[in-house]
Amino acid sequence: MKPSPRVTAGATLLLLTSMVLSVLLLRQVDRLRAGATLQEVLYLSSPKAIKRLSLGYSGLVADIYWTRAVQYFGNKHHTGEEHYKLLAPLLEITTALDPKLRVAYEYGSNFLAAPPALGAGMPQEAIRLIQFGIRNNPDQWHLYYDLGFVYYLELKDYVAAAKAFEAGSRLPNAHPFMKLMAGNMAQHAGDYQMARMLWTATYESATEKVVRANAKAHLRAITVDQDVIALDDVVAKYRDETGHLPNSFSELMSAGLLRGLPLDPLGHPYVLVSDGSIEVNDPDNLPFIQKGTPPGYVPPSSPHLPTSD
Amino acid sequence: MAAIEILGLEKTYSVGFWRKRPKLALKPLHLAVEEGEIFGFLGPNGAGKTTTLKMLMGLVYPSGGSARILGKAINDPEMKAQIGFLPEQPYFYDYLTGRELLEYYGQLSGLSGKDRSRRVGDMLNRVGLRDAADVQLRKFSKGMLQRIGIAQSILHDPRVVVFDEPMSGLDPMGRREVRDLMEQLKHEGKTVFFSTHILADAEALCDRVAIIHLGELHRVGAVAEITSDLCARVELVWPGKTVPASMKALGAECRVSGDTVRAVISKANQDAALEVLRRERLHLVSLTPVRASLEEYFVAQLNPNGVAAGARA
Amino acid sequence: MSPRIIHIALNTFREAVRDRVLYNLIAFALLMSGGAVLVGQISIDIERLVVINLGLTAVSLFGVVIAIFIGIGLVSKEIERRTLYTVLSRPVHRWEFIAGKFFGLAGTLVVNTLLMAAGVFVALWYVSPHLQKSDVWLLVALYFIVLQFLVITSLALLFSSFSSPLLSAVFAFSLFAIGSFAEDLRGFAGMTHGVERWLATAAAYLVPNISALNVISQVAHEQPVSGQLALYNTGYALFYSAMALCGAVLIFERRDLK
Repeated sequence: MKPSPRVTAGATLLLLTSMVLSVLLLRQVDRLRAGATLQEVLYLSSPKAIKRLSLGYSGLVADIYWTRAVQYFGNKHHTGEEHYKLLAPLLEITTALDPKLRVAYEYGSNFLAAPPALGAGMPQEAIRLIQFGIRNNPDQWHLYYDLGFVYYLELKDYVAAAKAFEAGSRLPNAHPFMKLMAGNMAQHAGDYQMARMLWTATYESATEKVVRANAKAHLRAITVDQDVIALDDVVAKYRDETGHLPNSFSELMSAGLLRGLPLDPLGHPYVLVSDGSIEVNDPDNLPFIQKGTPPGYVPPSSPHLPTSD
Repeated sequence: MAAIEILGLEKTYSVGFWRKRPKLALKPLHLAVEEGEIFGFLGPNGAGKTTTLKMLMGLVYPSGGSARILGKAINDPEMKAQIGFLPEQPYFYDYLTGRELLEYYGQLSGLSGKDRSRRVGDMLNRVGLRDAADVQLRKFSKGMLQRIGIAQSILHDPRVVVFDEPMSGLDPMGRREVRDLMEQLKHEGKTVFFSTHILADAEALCDRVAIIHLGELHRVGAVAEITSDLCARVELVWPGKTVPASMKALGAECRVSGDTVRAVISKANQDAALEVLRRERLHLVSLTPVRASLEEYFVAQLNPNGVAAGARA
Repeated sequence: MSPRIIHIALNTFREAVRDRVLYNLIAFALLMSGGAVLVGQISIDIERLVVINLGLTAVSLFGVVIAIFIGIGLVSKEIERRTLYTVLSRPVHRWEFIAGKFFGLAGTLVVNTLLMAAGVFVALWYVSPHLQKSDVWLLVALYFIVLQFLVITSLALLFSSFSSPLLSAVFAFSLFAIGSFAEDLRGFAGMTHGVERWLATAAAYLVPNISALNVISQVAHEQPVSGQLALYNTGYALFYSAMALCGAVLIFERRDLK
């Protein structure tokens, strides 16, 4: 006279079991398909076609693509060049769908232009992308910053970089460092001071976590490079004065050439090698350094960016 | 053993968007149907008949009480093999032919192979649909649908059959056919329990009836008893235009139409009325019992002064 | 499996056929042949791509539409026509009825898909008349599409067990649309915090993951599909459908059939 208790119990049990199992299996499927939706980006021939297909919802579609991108690039399963193969078509599509998506240009300037292993190694594409962005967002000084950034760092075209910073500095609400960098370009192009300014500017103005982490790593690298140069100088001075190489930093300190134990940005002491050169303690966690690496050192295939801000 | 025992079955629906308003469909019902009888379940529309039948068939869950069919509980699969059901105004699967429909139901009843085919053939013959066996049901008339419906209900030779308004929507020919089939079922020893709101059908067929109204059982008993309560009036017809005063004094309602007078008088006063006519030398043309409809019966039930004589409170 | 379930399934299949559902194949055939001929004329070196994309997408969409339109009526139509009452008055359990209806519609869709698959292969042969090794992946894509159908059918049946056809159609189509973006939903969920994260994640897992079962662009570009993925997807589709069907059984078991 009532709904059968056996059927109720059996169905409830089967329902709960199926639910658990289907969720577990789905996670496995997800793992296998990580980035599969993004791979489709490679198969789509034209951003214009996609825009038409979005039936007027291009803003939403742009957001979906962008979310997939962030997910994919945040995922450490893919490394090296393979990782960034999708970046160019992805940025092209996303910005075609939503030309005002500022974060896409930011990503582009930082990771599209940079050489592998950090980026896709396509500086010309990056320039093109940012110029598209400037055409569509003529009052955004950020984009001129991104443009100058790529010219300076990857193409080493200091004249073009200066022009870009100058143009950007004239826009409303432009950050003061734009003018500063335009001005300093003539004298300090290529030196550490300029680089530090650039990366500091990036670090302060970027919104994406990954971009900030990247900037932080570069700033640390500049510090290391400058530190190593300074320490090399100190060692040379010691050798000139005493005729032999120092055995430890304490010798340098007693000689009055160093004030304290030199520490790298990670907090580890630098290493004084027997031949007088300076090395860092943990090169794997100091990406982008150009000095202080042991001979024959091969950096990891994907740079270890700092995780905290 | 009673074929059907209804032990306090009741049903209250919760209606309204938040299911807060209770709607009483059936008050606790106690009823027993004996094996081998044709039992009529009478009541006006909305009385609770269909609700009762559906609870018996396990289609609706009772709010209280229980029932047994052939001694077994509802929803017992063994019990289901012994009953047949015909719902009210069914459409069936209109894309199937008569034969296919019966074959399908036979499969579901667990009849196999040769046995099933034989029975299907027999049934089609029995309900007079042999010629229409391979016609799609969408082309069937109402009468034909009702007959195939009865066929599916007795296909597996059940001991008890339950019909919900089997005569509804049929023309007199159709009603006659269905009535004949039901008589045959009784002669085969089956128990027939059916619901209807047409008193004439119940009168013609049933051994016993139960009357239900607004979810409540009013009377149970042999047909003769109940109809005699309901048929407590007679109509006298005589030619002319004279209505004797003494006739009126007996409480007759008289009507003159053309050359004839019709007077309706309570059965108790029948002999006295005949005496009046004889004294006045009025020639009696006919004397017919007047059947009250069920609605009049219920109206009378609720009216303590009792327009219809013999009405019980 | 009880024989009654099989009988109910076969009858459901018969109903679909006689209700002329399979006529959709004609529309499909026209579409495919039209597309193939057109593409053959243009000959821009991506004929295979277009035929496969067009064909498989059409198979998927036609099938989903059929699954939903028939699925939503599986229970409600039987109640409306009172056929359900005569079925349940026999020794048939309510859950057997649900199971039979499911297998009947699923079977119809499988047959429909097989016929359509033949159509796709014919069109493919027309534009590129030599078999390639990668054609076997097409079969895998079609298999995944059938898995999609199982999932959608089970959901349509779930809704049919308690709601009107119109509402059921709305729910089923909505879930299909959301399910096509389920992976993105999980991505969004991953970026929120707190209560929203829990809700979004739960929704993202409970929604049918149609996108996970879609490998059409992949096979159109002749990329292989991993066997492991096929295995996991099969399991997922089966358990998800079982979950929806159990829901249908639980609701239907309790329902007063007025």
